[in-house]
Amino acid sequence: MTIDEIQQEIIDDFAGFEDWMDKYSLLIELGNEMAPIDVQYKVDENLIRGCQSRVWLHQEYIDGKISFVAESDALIVKGLVALLLKIYSGRTPQEILTSEPRFIDEIGLRQHLSPTRSNGLLAMVKQMKLYALAYEKISTKNN
Amino acid sequence: MSFDLLNIRKDFPILDQKVNGKSLVYLDNAATSQRPVQVIERMNEFSLKTNGNIHRATHTFANKTTEAFEQAREIVRSHLNAAETAEIIFTHGTTESINLVAHSFGNAFIHEGDEVIVTEMEHHANIVPWQMMCERKGAKLNVLPFNAKGELSIDLLDGLITEKTKIIAVTHVSNVLGTVNPIATIIEMAHLKNVPVLIDGAQGAPHFQIDVQTLDCDFYAFSGHKLYGPTGSGVLYGKRKWLDQMPPFLGGGEMIDRVTFGKTTFNEIPYKFEAGTPNYVGAIGLAAAISYLESLDHTLVLKHEQNLLQFASEKLKTINGLTIYGEANEKAGVLSFNIEGIHPFDLGTLLDQLGIAVRTGRLCADPIMDHFEVENMVRSSFAFYNTMEEVEVFYQALIRLKAMF
Repeated sequence: MTIDEIQQEIIDDFAGFEDWMDKYSLLIELGNEMAPIDVQYKVDENLIRGCQSRVWLHQEYIDGKISFVAESDALIVKGLVALLLKIYSGRTPQEILTSEPRFIDEIGLRQHLSPTRSNGLLAMVKQMKLYALAYEKISTKNN
Repeated sequence: MSFDLLNIRKDFPILDQKVNGKSLVYLDNAATSQRPVQVIERMNEFSLKTNGNIHRATHTFANKTTEAFEQAREIVRSHLNAAETAEIIFTHGTTESINLVAHSFGNAFIHEGDEVIVTEMEHHANIVPWQMMCERKGAKLNVLPFNAKGELSIDLLDGLITEKTKIIAVTHVSNVLGTVNPIATIIEMAHLKNVPVLIDGAQGAPHFQIDVQTLDCDFYAFSGHKLYGPTGSGVLYGKRKWLDQMPPFLGGGEMIDRVTFGKTTFNEIPYKFEAGTPNYVGAIGLAAAISYLESLDHTLVLKHEQNLLQFASEKLKTINGLTIYGEANEKAGVLSFNIEGIHPFDLGTLLDQLGIAVRTGRLCADPIMDHFEVENMVRSSFAFYNTMEEVEVFYQALIRLKAMF
């Protein structure tokens, strides 16, 4: 599936809920189900510190694709992180650079990506794109 | 003078709104309080009819503005019972007030090897300016700790004050713990050793009537926007004997006496510390807020605020896994807590969905977070316009949300 198809699937999943509480319940469930990040990656150099919550993001570049693992200390953020990983992990730098996480807006959780909420989510998206940009440069240089 | 909550709430139309489809419950008053229509109308009327720059021209608007600005200063003076209006400096808020003292008092009186005392429960705004000044001067910052209840360890203060101590900076009311500090005692102890005291009144001024002469504090700083006034307005009260000896903080217009390229001589206080065009609309709004507060029966206001805090504390204590931070005997306005297993960000996000506004995060007080070994807290804070029903709604919301985790 393409990034866009996965995003559409998520949007469809959330469209079924009319009550905001159900949306958040699903995010909390996704957060709870998420496998914890390996302790060796839960280090300061992987930490994206927000004023409200923290996100740890680790990546590896294998066979032209970037694989991400991540975690947050806040469950709602963790749920959103799980969705971001579902979308962006295991993709080529090119794919990551050319897709925006429009699903967050479309499932009505836009406030979580505003820069002032400083929950680490926006910074996480930026960080994923920076990794993609770096690997893209390396791969074009090697070619 | 009276205290009729229903009528008072009519003065704050912002409170009568739906947020996310629910009736707003505004419990973030320690971050910023709402303004009564009396303040908003005064500022609007001023901007619509009389705006002119102060102290600088002979035209009617300039004169009227100057008069209103100086009237505002007199209202603040009278509210604080300061000895003279020259001791009232308008600033942009508590942060600027404290920076002014740290910078100017520091420049005049603090030298290498000297010491400054702050407490473990200070807001960053009453730590960082002192730290910056100490670094510049090669001085040392000493910290008075607080105990498990969130009360300052006053018994340690006397030992901390040495002959090198040049100033003590302490908050009146903690913005996280709600603790009302025994500032009169602290000032008395400090003065016995000739050490001046600055009080951070950002959270104190909204709840208590301050008499700076009885208190005998050397500096008292507070913000307009936490006192039902506008943002960008604030006050520094300082005793003349200090202000006269302190060099200016910022340079510019109004603060000068005479400028040549060789030497500039400075204006008298308070103008020496009010460089540039001040936020006079803000100062006028702040004075209107003070007049509004003075139109209420302060004893009843305080009693109602204490009832809200007590009711909220009692209710929240019944919630399993909820920890309250700060259980001082004397508290005002603030109730911070965590619920086991629920991140404050999650709780704040979900409370907002229920129309309830609280603050979450580190509350600009990292040392307090470190003391309790937590990353974040949830803070509810109360103003006199809050109702017991709102506290009940807040409590029910916490019960409902807790079940989601």
